[in-house]
Amino acid sequence: MAATNIPTGGAHAQEAPHVQHHAAGDHHDEHDHHDQHWLFKYVFSQDHKWIAKQFLISGIVWAFIGATLSTLFRIQLGWPEAQLTWLEPLLGRWVEGGKLNPEFYLALVTMHGTIMVFFVLTAGLSGTFSNFLIPLQVGARDMASGFMNMLSFWFFFVAGVIMFISLFLETGPASAGWTIYPPLSALPQAIPGSGAGQTLWLVSMALFIVSQLLGGVNYITTIINLRTAGMSMAKLPLTIWSFFLTAILGLLSFPVLFSAALLLIFDRSFGTSFFLSDIYIGGEALNHVGGSPILFQHLFWFLGHPEVYIVIMPAMGIVSEVLATNARKPIFGYRAMIGSLIGISLLSFVVWAHHMFVTGMNPFLGSVFMFLTLIIAVPSAVKTFNWLATLWRGNIRFTAAMLFAIGFVSLFVSGGLTGIILGNAALDIQMHNTYFVVAHFHLVMGSSAFFGMFAGVYHWFPKMFGRMMDEKLGYVHFWLTILAAYLVFLPMHYVGIAGFPRRYYAYTAYESFNQFGDLNTFISIAAIMAFFAQFIFLFNFVYSIFRGRRATENPWNSTTLEWTTPVEPGHGNWPGAIPAVYRWPYDYSKPGAPEDFIPQHIPYSQTVSSNLPYEKEME
Amino acid sequence: MIALGILLALVLLLVVFGLLFRLQILTSIFSGSYVRQIGLSNRVNAILMLVFMVVGMAAFAYSFIANFDKMNPPIASVHGLHTERMFWITMIIIGIVFVLTQVALFVYSYKYQYREGRRAFFYSHNNKIEVIWTVIPAIVMAGLVFGGWKEWTNIMGPAPANSVELEIMGKQFNFLVRYPGRDGKLGPINYRLIDATNEFGFNLNDQRSLDDFTAGEVHVPKGVPVLLHIRSRDVLHAVYSPHFRVQMYAVPGMPTKFWFIPTKTTDEMRAQTGNPNFNYEIACNQICGRGHFAMKSTIIVEEPDDYVAWYAQQKSFAEQNPDVLAAFKNKKTPVIEEVPAATTAAPAATEKAQAAL
Ligand code: HEM
Ligand SMILES: [Cu+2]
Ligand SMILES: [Cu+2]
Repeated sequence: MAATNIPTGGAHAQEAPHVQHHAAGDHHDEHDHHDQHWLFKYVFSQDHKWIAKQFLISGIVWAFIGATLSTLFRIQLGWPEAQLTWLEPLLGRWVEGGKLNPEFYLALVTMHGTIMVFFVLTAGLSGTFSNFLIPLQVGARDMASGFMNMLSFWFFFVAGVIMFISLFLETGPASAGWTIYPPLSALPQAIPGSGAGQTLWLVSMALFIVSQLLGGVNYITTIINLRTAGMSMAKLPLTIWSFFLTAILGLLSFPVLFSAALLLIFDRSFGTSFFLSDIYIGGEALNHVGGSPILFQHLFWFLGHPEVYIVIMPAMGIVSEVLATNARKPIFGYRAMIGSLIGISLLSFVVWAHHMFVTGMNPFLGSVFMFLTLIIAVPSAVKTFNWLATLWRGNIRFTAAMLFAIGFVSLFVSGGLTGIILGNAALDIQMHNTYFVVAHFHLVMGSSAFFGMFAGVYHWFPKMFGRMMDEKLGYVHFWLTILAAYLVFLPMHYVGIAGFPRRYYAYTAYESFNQFGDLNTFISIAAIMAFFAQFIFLFNFVYSIFRGRRATENPWNSTTLEWTTPVEPGHGNWPGAIPAVYRWPYDYSKPGAPEDFIPQHIPYSQTVSSNLPYEKEME
Repeated sequence: MIALGILLALVLLLVVFGLLFRLQILTSIFSGSYVRQIGLSNRVNAILMLVFMVVGMAAFAYSFIANFDKMNPPIASVHGLHTERMFWITMIIIGIVFVLTQVALFVYSYKYQYREGRRAFFYSHNNKIEVIWTVIPAIVMAGLVFGGWKEWTNIMGPAPANSVELEIMGKQFNFLVRYPGRDGKLGPINYRLIDATNEFGFNLNDQRSLDDFTAGEVHVPKGVPVLLHIRSRDVLHAVYSPHFRVQMYAVPGMPTKFWFIPTKTTDEMRAQTGNPNFNYEIACNQICGRGHFAMKSTIIVEEPDDYVAWYAQQKSFAEQNPDVLAAFKNKKTPVIEEVPAATTAAPAATEKAQAAL
């Protein structure tokens, strides 16, 4: 295949920069690519930029599916008494006599969570931006292995197809919650979704994990080996640092989910008892003894907690980059930012059991995990302060990306702070599995990661598609979305403090939980508003791909390497030599420089007027 | 409220359409390369930042206060009062941080908006300030952890010896309740013995089981420690009773427990809330299937005397189901493996209730 002819940046990374300009291999064979079959160019492409777009578009499709599911269950929660016959054409037999089937409600919640966490915010976010930005920002022609990278997308795609098919099963898709705790997820007698639906869920996730691992290995290898000349680890943009650590987290934690899924498959299909014991169900005592459902939770959350950081760290990286670029200021505390990312990564492996304080786990473990959990708030706080300091005395341009980056910080703070309550085991007794938790993670993970993703899309759209997205529509999209996000999730705290359990089809059975009918309706209206606001984005995105105004090479006056490529970088990214790198990525508004940014590939010898004392010797 | 929502949605739609038409005009003149103009819209966004913060925080404060009573149903357990205090102290701390950071974020955004000819301040780091804002959160966290840890170990520590004990068993989709009877010992149960009548799986060959009785709801005395033994016979459930700040999973194959001291009787609570229908409820708080949202039980807190009287009236399961008892007698021991009794020797429950007075 032609793609393998591309010389990799790695070869150049070892060469001295001046040699590079003459390296023969750099002028890769353009004509080869004209011969490329369209199937390999557009479908089974090995080009990281194209794969990134594939991930992005699948992610957007999944996001709309996930959002549609949530709209359905918000309708149920907002208007529990309403006749939903009008949904029959869409949902068929899941609407029974004008009422949503309660098992289908659980299926909706489960699939919404699964889709959003894994398919959108993991694959959609990392898949898009790690793929797109890693080679471009480290100065490589492509990923270390284009072939594995292609496989990564297609494993994800097949996983998606399987998950999608499961939505239409006779017995419904998986319904045991996105955390699929057994025994509920193991026993079709307990809920029909635990039949074929759960099987497909497990198969799909197994393939998904393979996709993550293929992607992750590639990201890590590329960052370690294919950096261009001069691009030391200490000169990497924070995006790359965050993708790097995210990939490491994924590589270390996803296999554990894989093993949990495998053991669950064994329990479900081959009569083992890893997670099952002492069960009487459907008029029958099962033969399983000696297993522990709690074991599953340990395995699940050993992935599950790092997973939430897998979701948020790329967003943090994107936001750092966008904030610095548009505040026209260096990111404040570059090293502290890297340090806190590393701290978060390490700590994220030792806090998982804070999801299990009241499962009956040994209370001593609870104490240990409470201690470790509250430590993780410190690096998170440091990051926030650094972002604020980056804005301080900046010269801020409110691009759509910048608005979303600022929104990210706001939402991350709002959601992160309640983690301090939940991480306190004594307080979590009351809060666990209530809407307080739902509010917490939808702000800190759901909304913020989406905001990070939007920031990324608006910011790098010109490099992806060679055109600009419409700014004004971006503004409207932002303001409606942040307003709706807060209108949805702030009131959820109130409901949660009152103790409303999550995953409830209705609250009508309880004397204790009937005081918030109005508020639930309000939340639902805001949620529907949030959903509709996303169509502005969708329109803008699709329209701009074809009709947007043409972009320039570096529309944001940014310093990183991707902006040194042509408007629409071809295969191999740079038509000539890969530029070498001389400085860190945040030389914005440097005193003495003629412009308010100095790109990474400009040597100090060309910027004598602005060099700092310690940079003089590098001239 | 709903009308307001619909209105909002309509306005939204109008805005969208307005913009779409504008967009068409805008893009019809698209051509050439893109040069970004930093103009009016930058100012508008900066002002919106400020407006969003001020209006948003005001609305937040208003709605928080307006809903405050609704989100704080009265608390009726000793540890609940402690954790409640801690909850609100923590809320105040994070509330302060919330306001400070959000104000900084939005005010900076406004204040440092783009100005022609101004240059941002090249300021890459400041070790001193970074150490300070690492250490301060660390200290605050340490304080919170310490408080939480003390409370947590108290709550999760061993139940006092004079506790009233009972067992709650979760099943799809209700909670079964069992008391130890006169001997104060919950007899062993076995899931293989479960059937339509013997829902708990009583092993009536065991002496300790003979006086165990089941109840439709949970009765407990006020002011006495209550130790809940919790188990499940099918999938996970959780015993969650918000008024008491009680929550613990019900796990098949792994009995769990939780103890607390109720401080107000159901009647007192009815008087206090002015709601004659008030009941302490147990809600299932771990997704368990179709009926999860309606899987509930009731806790009736009584004066200790009333509790003792109620307790004395109950008939044991064996007494109420002579046929089951007879079946056990005939078949001798149909069970092979024994599940150990959930509780070890303890003085009779009734005596304990009285002793606690
Ligand atoms: C300040 C740091 C944070 C702390 C101390 C914290 C603490 C916690 C705790 C203790 C829980 C368990 C609550 C319960 O189930 O009872 C929780 C839930 C959760 N947190 Fe956080 N959190 C923090 C930040 C984050 C971040 C940054 C994310 C994601 C990006 C996140 C995502 C989640 C999710 C997804 C759940 C709920 C999972 C579920 O039960 O479905 N948290 N958090
Ligand atoms: Cu966690
Ligand atoms: Cu339940």
